[in-house]
Amino acid sequence: MFDSPSIIAGLEIGTSKVCAVVGEENESGALTIIGLGQAPSRGVRKGEIVDFELAAEDIRTAVAEAEQMADVEIRRVYLGVTGSHLRGLNNRGYHPVASVDREITADDVQDVMRNAKAVSLPPDHSVVHTVRQHFLVDGQGGIQNPVGMLGARVEVDVHVIHGVRNRLQNALRTVKGLQIEVEEVCFNGLASAMAVLNSEHKELGALVIDLGAGATEYVVHANGIVKHSGVIAVGGDHISNDLALGLKVSLGRAEQLKIEHGNAIHDDGVRGQTLTLNSPSGLIEKTINLEHLRRIMAARVEETFELIAQALEKEGFSDCLRAGVFLCGGGAHIPRIKELAGEIFDLPVSLATAGSLSGTTAALDQPEFCTGIGLVKFGSMQARGRTRGGRGFFNLRGALGSWLGRR
Amino acid sequence: MSDSAETNAAGKSPARFTIKVIGVGGAGGNAVEHMASAGLEGLAFAAINTDAQALSQLTVGKKMQLGEKTTRGLGAGGDPDVGRAAAEADAAALKKLCAGADIIFIVTGLGGGTGTGASPVLARTAKETGALVLGLATLPFEFEGARRHQQAQQGLEQLKGAADGVICLPNQKILKFVDERATVEETFRVANELLSHGVRGIARMLTRAGLINVDFADLCAVLRGRHAESACAVAEAAGPHRAREVVEKLTASPLLDAGQALAGAGALLVSIEGGPDMSMADVTHVMDHLNRQCDNVQIKFAAAVDASLAGRLSVTVIASRRHARVDAVAADKLETTFLTPAEAARPAARLVPPPPELTAERAGQLLQQHGGGGRTRPRAGKPQQAQLPLEIISKGRFDKSEPTLHQGEDLDYPTYSRRGMALN
Repeated sequence: MFDSPSIIAGLEIGTSKVCAVVGEENESGALTIIGLGQAPSRGVRKGEIVDFELAAEDIRTAVAEAEQMADVEIRRVYLGVTGSHLRGLNNRGYHPVASVDREITADDVQDVMRNAKAVSLPPDHSVVHTVRQHFLVDGQGGIQNPVGMLGARVEVDVHVIHGVRNRLQNALRTVKGLQIEVEEVCFNGLASAMAVLNSEHKELGALVIDLGAGATEYVVHANGIVKHSGVIAVGGDHISNDLALGLKVSLGRAEQLKIEHGNAIHDDGVRGQTLTLNSPSGLIEKTINLEHLRRIMAARVEETFELIAQALEKEGFSDCLRAGVFLCGGGAHIPRIKELAGEIFDLPVSLATAGSLSGTTAALDQPEFCTGIGLVKFGSMQARGRTRGGRGFFNLRGALGSWLGRR
Repeated sequence: MSDSAETNAAGKSPARFTIKVIGVGGAGGNAVEHMASAGLEGLAFAAINTDAQALSQLTVGKKMQLGEKTTRGLGAGGDPDVGRAAAEADAAALKKLCAGADIIFIVTGLGGGTGTGASPVLARTAKETGALVLGLATLPFEFEGARRHQQAQQGLEQLKGAADGVICLPNQKILKFVDERATVEETFRVANELLSHGVRGIARMLTRAGLINVDFADLCAVLRGRHAESACAVAEAAGPHRAREVVEKLTASPLLDAGQALAGAGALLVSIEGGPDMSMADVTHVMDHLNRQCDNVQIKFAAAVDASLAGRLSVTVIASRRHARVDAVAADKLETTFLTPAEAARPAARLVPPPPELTAERAGQLLQQHGGGGRTRPRAGKPQQAQLPLEIISKGRFDKSEPTLHQGEDLDYPTYSRRGMALN
């Protein structure tokens, strides 16, 4: 089926860290993570590159580390993208079956997918993904693969994720400037969901929330398909920034306070407690109120979840998420965040791990690597789709449009 | 600029409307002078002032000196009462000036004597002649001091009470249009330029028969009963990416506080004009962006095609800030959400009493405007306590990045400060 164990690399240019993950796929199609490299990110704000040179430097460091660990050379990567400009929408494509015997062929499937892709986007937007949901043949829904069926009319529901072309190109160009080829781009939220969810979760219905430093992505799966996706450009950086402003401390100190004393829920247990901050020389520099810290932080995290909950309620997904909520990204480390999410979404909540892969376990256990691992998984699926061919996976690499067929 | 005015004159619209632009006071006169020289030819211009010298320097069509007996042509000396008295003394002449116009723009600089005092009188007089009255007022620079600001705010409220709608341009925002080394002359030219853009945009919007029409009532609906400050911005772009450029210009415009005014807007009037080649995608793009910037907002939308705009796209946006008491009676308009000292609120009540020579019919109208005369008096008795903002809210490290707008809220500001959580 495959020529040799193939190497697949995923690259996530995050707001707090740049993360490169290398996976190896053996003959039977099993995926093993063999390398992971990361570097603190300096040139990214809210998930989008704001300083090319710094970002390029950090990417180089992360990729070099991953190369060293995996002992391979990374020539091409699957690149994760995010940003407030990304939007998801559902669309339906329609195609009449022209053949005499009314048998639906692979060509018909291609045509209907093309029609579904023709969404009216703002002129400066490009499609990042067209995720296939379900086919309908003569109005009968829930069909996974209509090839060979009989019908007069085939329709397909797709989930289209699109974003501003130039802003997507920024990340792409930075990577290409380092002589690394970008195999395809993938929305970070989708990659995380791919790493976190197994097919059972997807069938039951699950919400994956990736709490990054710069942006929070969320993806809803139900009945085995992607139903909804979105980005809120609010993340861990905002918590630190709120703390810095509210407690009047430096950003670095706020970051440290968030990690050491942060909590997603504010309760009365900490009333009146204070923290004493020491300067490097050991002198008492400042005393801050732990209650204020907790309240500022809880307000921000709560608001982020509430925004997602509102978006889901508007789409009417509250009933179909039986597998519950999965939290990943660095924000999943916040103590008691499960409890808070449970309160707001009124669903079972679990901290996600990319458990369905084998490899470096210490890395897999960390929720912040879900996106990177998901990108590798995405890559292996794309590669499999290409070799299999003719199943409606097309690849418009040059034009940045990449179509992800899902099964 | 001039070619569009010409088509205006050549087209069918001016036959139906007579629009008069009257500049009041020094700033108003200069602005009108600028508009006349900039070639807004479909309009009739006039200037009134108490200062004979300032008036003599203007070249606009009609000039009128106010209060020759009371001020002897020496100006109002920064006292709105003098300005008002002068205007009231010459009410008959003002009426003659306004006669025959369908729409009257009153262009004025608030804060001084003549502009602040005479504009409301002129607006009342103009209303009596049956014209629709729209005020365009500038507010003083911050360095001009608190007193002029108070006067300007009072004048603005009075003008709002008398006119059908008021759009105001705080001069402070003009500073963002000019660089540091700009001369004083340049700065004021920019102010005049912006006012003339506003007048032209609105006049065109009202007079042109468009694909989707906006009439004066729509304009008033957006302006009336809202916060005193409405913002108006006009942007124009050409070329294949004009829709995007126009949106960029609008969102970057200091007049809209770099898009913040849109986010905080309670009502929006958008007029899109383009050549015959204006595409639906252009319109969709502009409206999509504006809609995204301000959710849950009443948006009035107009579109018109003008052959003279071939290849170009011109968008006029009038945004009224969201007001907590939009539905409240008109009397509530007398309170501003600004922090004004209690002394500032009280003289306002004393200034408001109608002029002595009031007809019974006019008195009835005035009472109606103030939501029943009985209500204003007890209100003035117990002034509302102004609230100090708790602290200056900043965005910290996100100050310079693109704002994260969600339903009109900038999520980059700390949640605790947006929710008003007190930390103490």
